[in-house]
Amino acid sequence: MRHTISVLVTNEFGVLSRISGLFSGRGFNIESLSVAETLDPHVSRMTIVTSGDDKVLEQINKQLNKLINVIKVYDFTGEDHIERELALVKVNITADSRAEILSIVDIFRAKVVDVSPRTYTIEITGDEEKISALTELLRPFGIKEIVRTGRIAMARSPKQK
Amino acid sequence: MTKKNGAVILLECLIKEGVDTVFGFPGGAVLPIYDALYDSPIKHILVRHEQGAVHMADGYARALGRPGVVIVTSGPGATNTVTGIATAYMDSIPMVVITGQVPTALIGNDAFQEADIVGITRPCTKHNYLVKDLKDLPRIIKESFYIATTGRPGPVLVDIPKDVLTAVMGELKYPDKITIESYQPNYKGHPGQIKKALQLILSAKRPVVYAGGGVVLSNAAQELTAFAEKLGIPTTTTLMGLGGFPGTHDLFMGMLGMHGTFCANMAVTNTDCLIAIGARFDDRVTGKIDEFAPYADIVHIDIDPTSISKNVSVDIPIVGDVKEVLKEMVKALPQAKALKEHRKGLSEWQAQINEWRTTHALSYNQEPNGKIKPQFVIEKLYELTKGNAIITTEVGQNQMWAAQFFKYDKPRSFLTSGGLGTMGFGFPAAIGAQIAFPKSTVAVIAGDGSLQMNIQELATAVQYKLPVKVVILNNMVLGMVRQWQELFFDKRYSHTCISVAPDFVKLADAYGAVGLRAKKPSEVEQVLKEGLAVKDRPVLMDFRIDQFEGVYPMVPAGQPLNKMLLV
Repeated sequence: MRHTISVLVTNEFGVLSRISGLFSGRGFNIESLSVAETLDPHVSRMTIVTSGDDKVLEQINKQLNKLINVIKVYDFTGEDHIERELALVKVNITADSRAEILSIVDIFRAKVVDVSPRTYTIEITGDEEKISALTELLRPFGIKEIVRTGRIAMARSPKQK
Repeated sequence: MTKKNGAVILLECLIKEGVDTVFGFPGGAVLPIYDALYDSPIKHILVRHEQGAVHMADGYARALGRPGVVIVTSGPGATNTVTGIATAYMDSIPMVVITGQVPTALIGNDAFQEADIVGITRPCTKHNYLVKDLKDLPRIIKESFYIATTGRPGPVLVDIPKDVLTAVMGELKYPDKITIESYQPNYKGHPGQIKKALQLILSAKRPVVYAGGGVVLSNAAQELTAFAEKLGIPTTTTLMGLGGFPGTHDLFMGMLGMHGTFCANMAVTNTDCLIAIGARFDDRVTGKIDEFAPYADIVHIDIDPTSISKNVSVDIPIVGDVKEVLKEMVKALPQAKALKEHRKGLSEWQAQINEWRTTHALSYNQEPNGKIKPQFVIEKLYELTKGNAIITTEVGQNQMWAAQFFKYDKPRSFLTSGGLGTMGFGFPAAIGAQIAFPKSTVAVIAGDGSLQMNIQELATAVQYKLPVKVVILNNMVLGMVRQWQELFFDKRYSHTCISVAPDFVKLADAYGAVGLRAKKPSEVEQVLKEGLAVKDRPVLMDFRIDQFEGVYPMVPAGQPLNKMLLV
């Protein structure tokens, strides 16, 4: 099963390599990873998408916590949360296809961020399914390049007081 | 205000940490440290190879219970420490390794004697540091000792570039206390879990204690003995746990696992309540994991949460320091009278244990005129020292025989590379232990193969007049590998014959040590007596043993514990 976990770490050099080394050394999967500073500049957040059974996830959680630089580990699985990825898609255009592509972009609430005589570059954010759906629809027109970020996630706030 | 350079500051930090002995080898990048050592009260032990320094610091730490400290230079000096660091890491030994590094401006430039030692040792240290600025050095040294010695102990490496060592600052302000937000080891066991565990243990009909190195590391031997005695629970230890429970105690069943006793392995296979204390269910202990302790509810006490339910799923985990938790448990036990009743209730189980103990006890057959049996040498050593010695081992058959045939009543009296299984560990570790305890008898039970992996440290032992006893069980083969070839590879003895070897007696002589040899069983006692009497330099005792002696019982890898090959 896939899990999105959020890891708060001290913002020091070498921390990324400790985390990725832990995953490779113990045979855990990393499907995606994104890192950036938090509100507190001494702390970074890593959002890691990984997979494994309960036993593996328990070990991932404990092993991460064992690293001196790790402050907190949070698994979003089973929690109400928002997940987002961002992708840039460079797609071929022709006089005939332009309008159709723009309407797809519109439907997905994506936007065209760069235009050349032969290509559009489209920016889309959303969860993984949404981005995959867009790329599937664009594929017949000829996708020249895709760049995707890793997934980021945030817990939803409780709706009642 | 007087200005001090980084090297002087470093040594002052070490003194603040209570360090009086370091093990090391100089080189370009650490010249400033060596210059400062020249005027320092710290005693420096000059080794002959950096790996030796790390194993010595390791042996020193294991024997003394205080962190070992190593100083080596950059590049090859640093990379030579890696096996020693990994050895300490696997066995959770507190240690601080200080490596020199090329000046910060040259880092990453493939400078002379540059190696990314922080990168290399990341997976085999508890934590490591590159010091980029002298002002961070005191805090980093403080943190290093704190991390190395607290929680589950382990080695910490501090890499210091040369320009940091030569930079100057004012008086040292060494922090008294330190807290690390992201590192807060848990010592107290959860009271609810302790209560649940005690209920289970008191209701068990066939309980067994399985104790590991954690008992030794947390100095909990007394607490463990009290716990087992009060409840009347038969006890086995892992290789690392030997000495954590008295080897001559009535409740002791010997070591369990691949070369464990028949009694311990049968007890663990048949127990209904396994109490794992500071142990980690290593594959050499469990054998086939699905059939390990199949009838047991398992209680697991360990300070490291990652050890719990890693290999075997546990019914009642207790995260905490073994000593603290055992204290709490003993405190919560019923009254003496009730305990007596309880022990009476276990008499059937105890009788069964005793039957297993006698049916296939550890044994060997020493023909008076035959070849020397290695077990005989070890038993004689035990007899002559009355068990009053610190024993280290190399790795292989020598290690297993030393575990089986010497009885360890005290913690920190048996020092061995259990997790990593590092050949070449035992001799330098014995040197380290001898430095920690100059008056004690320290002996390494060695094989002729392992010993040669760090034989150069003989010069170190001679230089510091250390009377380390090197008991060579010389069979002229790489015995344990050869035993596996005999059993599992059709006796195809590929590359395990090392009969081309130095004459150890002459070698001892060449180094300025004492060399002795026994070829017949009748000579064993005399050689040991002579060797034990030497007080001012190391002794190499070359025992020419039976080449075909094996280590038994043996559970073939991947088999359940009750499927032992017996003698």
